[in-house]
Amino acid sequence: MTDSRIDFTAADHAAELARAGAHVTGWRGATLLLIRRYPLGAIGAVIFTLFVFAAVFADVVAPMDPLSTNSRASLAAPSATYLLGADFMGRDVFSRLVYGARISLAVGLGATALGCLFGILVGLLSGYLGGWIDLVVQRVIDIMQSLPLLVMALVMAASLGPSLRNTIIAIAIPLVPNVARVIRSNTLSLREMPFVEAARAVGMGELRIALRHVLPNTLAPIIVLATAQLGSTILTEASLSFLGLGVPEPHPSWGRMLSESAAEYVRTAPWLVIFPGVAISLIVFGTNLLGDAVRDILDPRQRS
Amino acid sequence: MVVQSASASAALDDGVVLDVRGLKTYFYTRQGLLKAVDDVSFAVRKGETLAIVGESGCGKSITALSLIRLVPTPPGRIVGGAVSLAGTDLLRLDEKAMRGVRGNDISMIFQEPMTSLNPVMTIGRQIGEALILHQGLTRAAALARAVEMLQLVRIPEPEQRARDYPHQLSGGMRQRAMIAMALACNPKVLIADEPTTALDVTIQAQILDLIVDLQRQLGTAVILITHDLGVVAETAQRVIVMYAGRKVEEAPASELFARPLHPYTSGLMASIPRLDLIRGHVEAGRLQEIPGMVPALTDLPTGCAFAPRCQFAVDRCHADYPPYEEKRPGRWAACWRSDELYGAAHA
Amino acid sequence: MGAYLVRRLALMVLTLFGMSVVIFVLLRIVPGNIADILFDSAGMVDPAEKARIVAELGLDQPIAAQYLKWIGGLFQGDLGYSYLSEKPTIEEIAPRIPITAKLALLALIFSTVIGVPLGVISAVRQNSGLDYVIRVLSLSGLSLPSFWLGLLILMAAVRYFGDIPIYTRTPASLWDELLLYSLPAAAVGFRSSALVMRLTRSSMLEVLRQDYIRTARSKGASAAAVNFNHGLRNAVLPVITIIGIEAAFLLGGLIVTETVFNIPGVARFLVEAIRWRDYPIVQNLVMFIALVVVVVNLIVDLLYSALDPRIRYAD
Repeated sequence: MTDSRIDFTAADHAAELARAGAHVTGWRGATLLLIRRYPLGAIGAVIFTLFVFAAVFADVVAPMDPLSTNSRASLAAPSATYLLGADFMGRDVFSRLVYGARISLAVGLGATALGCLFGILVGLLSGYLGGWIDLVVQRVIDIMQSLPLLVMALVMAASLGPSLRNTIIAIAIPLVPNVARVIRSNTLSLREMPFVEAARAVGMGELRIALRHVLPNTLAPIIVLATAQLGSTILTEASLSFLGLGVPEPHPSWGRMLSESAAEYVRTAPWLVIFPGVAISLIVFGTNLLGDAVRDILDPRQRS
Repeated sequence: MVVQSASASAALDDGVVLDVRGLKTYFYTRQGLLKAVDDVSFAVRKGETLAIVGESGCGKSITALSLIRLVPTPPGRIVGGAVSLAGTDLLRLDEKAMRGVRGNDISMIFQEPMTSLNPVMTIGRQIGEALILHQGLTRAAALARAVEMLQLVRIPEPEQRARDYPHQLSGGMRQRAMIAMALACNPKVLIADEPTTALDVTIQAQILDLIVDLQRQLGTAVILITHDLGVVAETAQRVIVMYAGRKVEEAPASELFARPLHPYTSGLMASIPRLDLIRGHVEAGRLQEIPGMVPALTDLPTGCAFAPRCQFAVDRCHADYPPYEEKRPGRWAACWRSDELYGAAHA
Repeated sequence: MGAYLVRRLALMVLTLFGMSVVIFVLLRIVPGNIADILFDSAGMVDPAEKARIVAELGLDQPIAAQYLKWIGGLFQGDLGYSYLSEKPTIEEIAPRIPITAKLALLALIFSTVIGVPLGVISAVRQNSGLDYVIRVLSLSGLSLPSFWLGLLILMAAVRYFGDIPIYTRTPASLWDELLLYSLPAAAVGFRSSALVMRLTRSSMLEVLRQDYIRTARSKGASAAAVNFNHGLRNAVLPVITIIGIEAAFLLGGLIVTETVFNIPGVARFLVEAIRWRDYPIVQNLVMFIALVVVVVNLIVDLLYSALDPRIRYAD
């Protein structure tokens, strides 16, 4: 962008400098600057932190036992007792949502971590070693990417059987090729860098070079990728559970809370449809806001 | 502070096409206020080549961009001065009027011919674009004219090349195409920002020859931005030396090379391998470099900006910024010790 | 070009072959087959009956033999019979394809028509209020689960039309059909449009930083001319790729959307088949989806080379 009209009077140096964030010192000042420069990211961080808080202190936050049923409260509308209403079995929706944050975050973080770990390993090996390993890995990635992520996760989940652990694995596996691709291309360019040549020249072993020199330099893209994937893994868990192929009973999963209620409650008990969806959307929204800010900060190409 | 912002050339004869006075372009960054161009004045006459010389980061490219008002905003902003083209201050035009100036009265060639051309548009269309915009030519007429321009910049098989995309041309050919594009509307002023830096040495000479030739043919005033004094010696009539956003010396090219009046200029000359250019106090045959680094523009010393790197600096240099003044007729410099170092006026 | 195409086709065959092995093995490491499910849930108890069913479906044979039988049949155009309905697989799958294809096409049009212009506006007005609004809108598109959005749409339908739209009957007219299908298409297309918008924006921002944009401005071109003639023409190339990939990957979103709206398309059918361990349906359907994905990828690459003069697949 260029100034469309030059306004000399607008040259208020102090104001312009404050906007640019000059003279910022200390971590507190830096944080404030980050908040001002990435307001959406800050909102995302707050939302995400709130959910983590709810998940960690679910025992304190939730007013009721998420699993205890009460036939008299079946389909109770939101009230002082049941803040967000009760489901068909008379379980408190609010308490189930609070505990559901645990499931959502456990699967989201777990699957992202697992997928990234394997993706990094595969990408690093494939990019760094090259040769026939790379060729084989490339073809396997082609195969895995020939199915939409949810279809792949669905098949995985079905073949592994329903459990919390298996849901994490089923969502993690389709992530591997995405991560591996990014890490591979990064590794390929890093391999040709002078500092890698230098390390080789002083007789450093290949494995050591890969771990000491190449891996740390792929850290920024990994962080960017991981935060970007987190939202989508949480959504995938919700979708799988919604389809009845994700986290099984008795875990209170947001996705399954919707499938249980789905179409029939659209007419009779809308709170059963609205609140779990709001929870999913909010946490994914927060994660995505955060992920965008992280990308803007860490990826210099995206900077303006 | 005798005549701090006055330009040496203002006192010279007329024929001035572009007159720049007290230009200030500041950048507002996290690191603080960056005076990329600080009170720079100069004028350029018809058919003349004015070179602006300095190390990277001295503000010469921002000066060039300021003239056509393409400084990236934010963080940059032109905060003062006047750029007069035939009596009109360009800094006070609205954006629409300014667009009528760009590519028509003033056009620009950039450093990177590889990236400065649109990869998905043919060369012919890119040259023709300015003609359609400013001269209202039809697409077909513009294309025909583009082919003529390609011929003018001595590109073989111009009809064929006009249909090519940039990636099909070599670096030298692309820079020729850039020149054709810049000259298409026969501008009064051509700004060439490091036009040869990205090219092979053999191609560099060809491109410079081409610019000089065309300038003679068309009478265009050229502002040549470069860090290469060799390029200056071959093309420019007058030279401005910039350091840390300010002018430190201005002189006719021949006189500058014969006897610089600023230690920075002589340092620059000593650091290029052109023995015939190196005279004065610097020992011939020995390539030297200026010690130290260009200071951060956000953290300039209170005195002369060059003082920390200057081997002749005294207390006064560190304390006060020297006035930019006429040391002898037509010779301007900003240095406290110029007279004692390089001989007094009329010596 | 010819050599390139041959290589690409060879890789496609290799990929599909790999996929066929993967899906076949994956399905058979699942604990329990259709016979188990029938006997667990449907209350059948006679072990001899169960053994007969297992033998009849060939489930007692080694996996390799089962695989060869499937692939052999595939080459002869015989996709086997659905375990559940006992009808030929092709008769079960084929009539459902047009329904899903129509939905996907509508969703794709929706996402392109909305995503590309918003992405351009957002990039050109970077960091303005409008940019923030569009970005938040697109992020919410990525954050709302499409099945929930579908449920919300149903809720609105109940409120304003008094009932949930029904997709099992044939619509009276083309217009009715369009109206009926645009609801689920919007539910699933919202997410795609958000993706397209985000990619258009970042691609456009990347392009607007390029030197040739400055060159265009130095020629005196107006902001609109710079943005469209020079900016969008370059920025649109990666956008085409994402739209193409989305075209194939919309199937993922359609699985949940078809479930919510109770639409008899292939995507929902896949989930049902998976639940019932109806192997012939699942494996053939997955192969079909994989085929669509690789073919679309090829088309996108060819389109890309046609639009970008720098890319010529000469080797």
